[in-house]
Amino acid sequence: MTDVNIIHESNNEDGLSREVLMNLGPQHPSTHGVLRLLLQMDGEIVKRIEPHIGLLHRGTEKLCENFTYTQIFPLTDRLDYLCQPSNNLGYALAVEALLDIKAPERAQYIRVLMAELSRISGHLLITGALPMDVGAITTLLYTMRDREMIMDLMEMISGARMHTSFCRVGGVREDLPEGCTERIIEFCDIFEQRITDYEDLVGNNRVFLARVENVGNITGEDAIALGLSGPCLRASGVDWDIRRDAPYEIYDKLDFNVIVRNDGDCYDRWKCRVDEMYESLKMIRQCVDQMQPGPVLIADPKIAFPVNKDLLAHSMETQIHHFKLAAEGFKVPKGEVYTAIEAPKGELGFYIISDGTEKPFRVKIRAPSFVNLQALTDRTTNMKYLADVIAMIGSLDPVMKEVDK
Amino acid sequence: MSMPDPFPLENIIDNFNGRVSVAANVTDMPCVVVSPKDLVALCLFLRDDQAFKFNFMADICGVDFYPNLPRYQLVYHLYSISLGWRLRIKCPLEDPPTAPTITHIWTTANWHEREAYDMFGIVFEDHPDLRRIYMWQEFEGWPMRRDFPLRGYKDKYNPFGAERPGAAPSITKGPIGDIL
Repeated sequence: MTDVNIIHESNNEDGLSREVLMNLGPQHPSTHGVLRLLLQMDGEIVKRIEPHIGLLHRGTEKLCENFTYTQIFPLTDRLDYLCQPSNNLGYALAVEALLDIKAPERAQYIRVLMAELSRISGHLLITGALPMDVGAITTLLYTMRDREMIMDLMEMISGARMHTSFCRVGGVREDLPEGCTERIIEFCDIFEQRITDYEDLVGNNRVFLARVENVGNITGEDAIALGLSGPCLRASGVDWDIRRDAPYEIYDKLDFNVIVRNDGDCYDRWKCRVDEMYESLKMIRQCVDQMQPGPVLIADPKIAFPVNKDLLAHSMETQIHHFKLAAEGFKVPKGEVYTAIEAPKGELGFYIISDGTEKPFRVKIRAPSFVNLQALTDRTTNMKYLADVIAMIGSLDPVMKEVDK
Repeated sequence: MSMPDPFPLENIIDNFNGRVSVAANVTDMPCVVVSPKDLVALCLFLRDDQAFKFNFMADICGVDFYPNLPRYQLVYHLYSISLGWRLRIKCPLEDPPTAPTITHIWTTANWHEREAYDMFGIVFEDHPDLRRIYMWQEFEGWPMRRDFPLRGYKDKYNPFGAERPGAAPSITKGPIGDIL
């Protein structure tokens, strides 16, 4: 198949009209990975969009059915690879709900702290990538530079830059290293100014605004029907944030604003995320302030790995528990649970059915990017030209690994 | 979950007069069971009734209970943005599995249903665009079914796959296979 196929040719009174079928992607910088779009074009005007996804399908859900509950954590890392701690958190909450346990308070703070750091890291990408998609490459270079600070913090906490896998069922792997909170506060101080810099750099740029303002408007009602969630939904004027409306972990102890904007165009979706970064910074500072020393993992040797590594070397009982846990996993009582968290992209849901064994019977991942991407096919939004489609993809901010699962 | 008032579950049960029942042993959120023929009516009621306003369809999940019967099940998760309620609808399906589409109630159901079709072979009647979404169109079999091997079936691209069952009638060749 060639890249362009003529599908319809007609000679009406306006002159020659020729509709062509065109491939956008899967290898194109603006498709954020391997998204392939079939576009039915009449000149520069887009008549129909047909997304083809699945090029990165890895069968995560099928794998989950064959893994123990602990082994699934690294799989969740690989959903939305810009904000792994959020995915870990969502999955951990679901398993903990099945087991009817709760992580110690300090662990909850660490999880939220990391989730908010990763939210900034995820939002930084779109802050730079949307301007890049519409022609302003500079911003992406700066946002990537600042994202490196978060990568360094993640490396300091977990040892890994990207795939942290720091959550465990019943807490987190270990406590924050010494000097970490000081580094986080330092980051907050530097970064607050940086967000303002991005806004100065592109937020008022006439060319950027011309490309994204009043493009791809989605009304609140349409957005809900399309199942949009997270910043994409809030940009359309729907005031819903799971962190505030159904608080999980320690979000009810944090003071933050939910950013809502009204136009629902590409600019609003971009701006919504930029403003959310300020709120995330506020939450990170509060987490650091409120965090008290304490255990970071529940004290149940049948579920949690031993935190004290000395004990592992000297206590036979600890060794046995560790071996059983690593080799066989732990049994989870029969039942089912759906937990939803506010991931950077929207509602990240884990629906787990347990049949009482060490492996889940069924894990369904409600991936926000997958649902958000569907808005591309909606023909009520005003995406007239090919260039608008590019802006729309950028503003929906899909992560293809999460879309394809 | 923040639930300001107790969830009016009886309202649904009364309204459907025995056609909708409460699911046993579900503790995390209200859950009802409905047969496929009443699914659309229930969804419309839940979306439009002022006491519920379930305007957000969060997720559709297909489940295969092989070798138990009824083998398939669809699980819908609804959320009411204005009232803050969540609700789960379970819809058990016979083999071969068919269910009515709910794309005309919530647009978002389109891709969710395509996913359930792709992974489980559940056919949604009157769906506007029922094609595979993750796997390629020529793919044979339904990967998420319990009897589908983890590594897939052996062929020239997949030397590590499982052998295809020989004489036994392949499950992909049933009436569902004709849809493709």
